[in-house]
Amino acid sequence: MGFQPVKFYQTGTFTIGNRLLEPDERSVQSGQARSNSINSGHRACQGCGEALGARYAIDAAMAESKGQLIAANATGCLEVFSTPYPESSWQLPWIHSLFGNAPAVATGIAAAMKVKGKTEVRVVAQGGDGGTTDIGFGCLSGMFERNDDVLYLCYDNQAYMNTGVQRSSATPPAARTATTMPVGPNPGNAFGQGKNVPEIAMAHGIPYVATATVADLRDLEYKVRRAMKMHGARYIQIFVPCPLGWGTASSDTIRMARLAKESGMFPVFEAEHGEVVGVSKIRHKIPVEEYLQPQKRFAHLFGTNGHPEMVTRMQAIADRNIRKYGLLDEEGC
Amino acid sequence: MLKQTEGSKAVAEAIALCRPEVICAYPISPQTHIVEALGEMVKAGNLTPCEFINVESEFAAMSVAIGASAAGARSYTATASQGLLFMVEAVYNAAGLGLPIVMTVANRAIGAPINIWNDHSDSLSQRDSGWMQLFAETNQEAVDLHIQAFRLAEELSMPIMVCMDGFILTHAFERIDIPEQNQVDSYLPPFDPRQVLDPAEPVSIGAMVGPEAFMEVKYLAHAKQMQAIERIPVLAAEFKQIFGRDSGGLIRTYCSEDAETMVIAMGSVLGTIKDTVDEMRAEGHKIGVLGIISYRPFPLEQVRAALSSCKRFVVLEKSLAVGMGGIVATDVRMAVTGSGLKGYTAIAGLGGRPITRATLHKLFLQAEQELLPPVTFVDLDWEAVNKQLTREQQTRRSGPAAENMLHDKGLISAKFG
Repeated sequence: MGFQPVKFYQTGTFTIGNRLLEPDERSVQSGQARSNSINSGHRACQGCGEALGARYAIDAAMAESKGQLIAANATGCLEVFSTPYPESSWQLPWIHSLFGNAPAVATGIAAAMKVKGKTEVRVVAQGGDGGTTDIGFGCLSGMFERNDDVLYLCYDNQAYMNTGVQRSSATPPAARTATTMPVGPNPGNAFGQGKNVPEIAMAHGIPYVATATVADLRDLEYKVRRAMKMHGARYIQIFVPCPLGWGTASSDTIRMARLAKESGMFPVFEAEHGEVVGVSKIRHKIPVEEYLQPQKRFAHLFGTNGHPEMVTRMQAIADRNIRKYGLLDEEGC
Repeated sequence: MLKQTEGSKAVAEAIALCRPEVICAYPISPQTHIVEALGEMVKAGNLTPCEFINVESEFAAMSVAIGASAAGARSYTATASQGLLFMVEAVYNAAGLGLPIVMTVANRAIGAPINIWNDHSDSLSQRDSGWMQLFAETNQEAVDLHIQAFRLAEELSMPIMVCMDGFILTHAFERIDIPEQNQVDSYLPPFDPRQVLDPAEPVSIGAMVGPEAFMEVKYLAHAKQMQAIERIPVLAAEFKQIFGRDSGGLIRTYCSEDAETMVIAMGSVLGTIKDTVDEMRAEGHKIGVLGIISYRPFPLEQVRAALSSCKRFVVLEKSLAVGMGGIVATDVRMAVTGSGLKGYTAIAGLGGRPITRATLHKLFLQAEQELLPPVTFVDLDWEAVNKQLTREQQTRRSGPAAENMLHDKGLISAKFG
């Protein structure tokens, strides 16, 4: 099932499900056998990056586990828009307990599967950046440290969107949120704060850590499938733009994700046992302005009363990422 | 089999006999010996199949239990005091989701001031969480209640705390009859979950519920506890058939038939109370005892019936509703509404303050003569309290209250004086 006749208009594109590929190289999402784990009819906003990321990630995990998957979900947008009682978009066994305990709930499920000898059943936990990097961080670190057999998916939209766009420890500097307003001499979120959870995850020495964006869904699928081939604690942070919280056009979600990666603001890489083993190189390097300017959350940086010095500091962050992860191919290399 | 053993060890053996599948543990006194013993059994391969998980907090302990229980595993943890408070959000969640987790609470005071000794403030703070709460009077009863708790929890698909007094029971060595595996197996069938996370039959658990159904879901928890009122005596009777002893049930009375004064309490202090009552009976006082085993659900009818022929009652409780008085006393008064009975509340034993026979004797005599105020703080050091209150009136920066009072009592003078 799922083999479609070749349609040549897709030649040379990066379109998901490029049917010119061999069947075993095709994306999960392009196949008719995909599980549609998060089914249509949910209530995510138009252009929601999280809904897109979750769809690809969970369907890929379902494909890799042959449908033997259980999901634990933190409180947040994904939970709220997918399960307004009495409806549910989830086509796999799914539990929501609390905001801050999804990793621990997943640990419990994995323990239950182990004790019952159901080794084929795999477990994912998922949450937004608030549920992951802030309130769920203790449980996340505990799950990592014990190397519990759980894949944790963090959908990172860089603020608490479900409660109305408040700052989280994943919010970038200078960004406007409801709790870091663009007022005063240092508008927006502070510089020099925040948590790099992928690196903290790596410091736990867990088998697999990766970042991905919804601009490269093939890469996201690859990383989820790769993670699912391993056992122990695994972490993927998926960059999912939020049109509502960022003040971007809902048609620009994927473009925003691409610009974040191409500017160096969001390094895309994968690591095994604490060592980086691969990075997604920047294909067309852009200055951070190109990424920041279309977003209303950074609007106060630009224009006559703008803050070019803050843009410079943002560029420095991007440059550091590029150096640190080797995101640019150097001449002659 | 009769054994001379520690309460915690005995409880651990009872839990093991119940064939738990997932145990999560976070250390907090005075429950540590229970999970330590279970951890050793799992590690040694004597309790199998079972996953023993050392979690990073009590919040995680309850959360792991939630995940495991929702995935169909018989799940157990133990906690006390600050640990119970640290997991509160997950405690309510487990009940709201209807997951039959069994948890031992080794009852201990809540800080500040930090205090590791026994009172009932911790589990009573979770009165309205939706968990059932059974209080053990002895270590034998603690053992037996855990076995009954798994049966009741899984029948109703609701969680249960088995409460046993920290140190007084958990750390006491005494003769305890540890049941045989075949007895427990014939009493407690394998866990057949009402809801389970299973890829073969996917369900969503924990959806957002708005005003259209929230009250109904909450009412269900109440309905389950009302069912428990019916089931608890039945399960205790079945327990007696297999194990040969009275254990559990809703309430227990002692010398109550002709009693004019009834003393009501929960947990191990009932032993001291019964000894005091024996003394007073020998002196001709018509005094009896009502022990409450099932605090939640609270057996209103049974309590009312047990108090129907007395003239007055004293609720002696190791807890305090600050700004009001008693916590258990409020429930007892609810039970006897309209009876015209005189009722007294005695707050005793907070933070491990010893409750002696001499003190109780005096207290009960005063109650008998109806000389007690509505709320009595048993053995409170009024001098120390008044001194601190005066200090606070006189000096704005009077300093930390607890340290002042210890200083007044000369307990830390060498260090700070």
